[in-house]
Amino acid sequence: MSVVEQAIRWLNDPVNWQGENGVLYLTGQHLAISFAAVFLGCLVAWPLAFWMGHTGRGGGVVVVLSNLSRAVPTLALLTLFAVSPISYGPRATVLALAVFAIPPLLANAYAGVRSVDPEVRDAARGMGLSGGQMLWRVELPLAVPLIAAGLRTAAVQVVATATLAALVNGGGLGLIIAAGFGLQDYGQTFAGGFLVAALALLVEGVLAVTERWVTPKSVRRSWRRARPTAADPVPVPAT
Amino acid sequence: MLAAPPDAAPNPWFDWSYVRDNADTILTAGEEHVILTVQTILIGTVIALPLAVLASRVRWLAGPILGITGVLYTIPSLALFAGLYPFVGFSRNLVLIGLVLYALLILVRNTLTGLRGVPDEVRDAALGMGYGRGRMFWRVELPIAVPAIMTGVRTATVSTIGLVTVGVIVGFGGFGQLIVVEGFNSNFHRAPIVAGTLLCVALALVIDLALILLTRILVPWARGREVAAS
Repeated sequence: MSVVEQAIRWLNDPVNWQGENGVLYLTGQHLAISFAAVFLGCLVAWPLAFWMGHTGRGGGVVVVLSNLSRAVPTLALLTLFAVSPISYGPRATVLALAVFAIPPLLANAYAGVRSVDPEVRDAARGMGLSGGQMLWRVELPLAVPLIAAGLRTAAVQVVATATLAALVNGGGLGLIIAAGFGLQDYGQTFAGGFLVAALALLVEGVLAVTERWVTPKSVRRSWRRARPTAADPVPVPAT
Repeated sequence: MLAAPPDAAPNPWFDWSYVRDNADTILTAGEEHVILTVQTILIGTVIALPLAVLASRVRWLAGPILGITGVLYTIPSLALFAGLYPFVGFSRNLVLIGLVLYALLILVRNTLTGLRGVPDEVRDAALGMGYGRGRMFWRVELPIAVPAIMTGVRTATVSTIGLVTVGVIVGFGGFGQLIVVEGFNSNFHRAPIVAGTLLCVALALVIDLALILLTRILVPWARGREVAAS
């Protein structure tokens, strides 16, 4: 029996979909963990990025932070949180993933606010807008495309990385793969890999559509310019 | 929610005596980590170069090659390892092939960027001087692309060093063995986890620095206008 047939047989067995270790529960947990992590990351990263972008301070911090975060293995950070006083489980996973969501959220939101045309700023100041009004009515609306792009990068990265939490009892859909390797069960491992990859691609697709939908028509031109091309630096795979 | 593991015995975050008593284990893990990383980058570069040349010469191939790059990026490492497992088995090759696939994506993109960045006037000048296709590639195009290629090599190396740890799923995770097997699975022993993490970060910084120096030696004329690291 081929691997694909074994995997299909595993996926066809209702037992594998039910209960605390079933596909349905684990998928829900995976998404809940990811959502909580991205939400927490936004709470920390966005206000900081808006303030730094508005005042033009702290650009160096953004660069250092994103370089440093690339050198720390995601698995290491997940494990560090799992053996901290928080203890292993979904809560530690959420906090570790939130830390990893911060650099892309921060960098993109900062770049978005910072990249507002100085002439537009001058015009806003000339119209008598205060600092706060300028941020809310001018800078943030113009920064939406990059903020949304950062949110999408962070979310896709978090959903992918959440898979690794299974290695340190952190919950999520990765458990099916980890258990499959443990049992040396080709069918289950392959099916788990398929489910995880499908979830990651689905989230990426949904967010790509959402990103386009929330971006005002008036700024779509710059939105298109902000899309990655071959010449852009390549994003690093999440995990 | 699971209850906190009882902290009966002291479990310090950092412990020199752990490092001293387990020097052999740490060295073995480090050796595995370094060799896997170096093999990945060497194999990846050897495969990426012809692919990038192909993509730069045959226009319609560039789109599909870059598109597949983007999709593969979204697939989590553990899922990629799971997909390879039935075909490669429970082995070191599983980790190596997975790592090469991820590195390949970064390397192809950057090499292609470098080759595309060769100015047309330079090509014209080389042709005018009587350079053939092959000689022009090795003597003119490739040297001009080296800074961009090395940027790719640096990005791929740092990302590979992090990814090696996931190899722990089949017992070949380099410092990942310290983090998960010696640490988490051994009664949440913190010392190996912190040691493994710090060694990973240190390794990434040291190799990145070595690659910056190598770039300066390879292309001394490009100093000061190196392609900015992503």
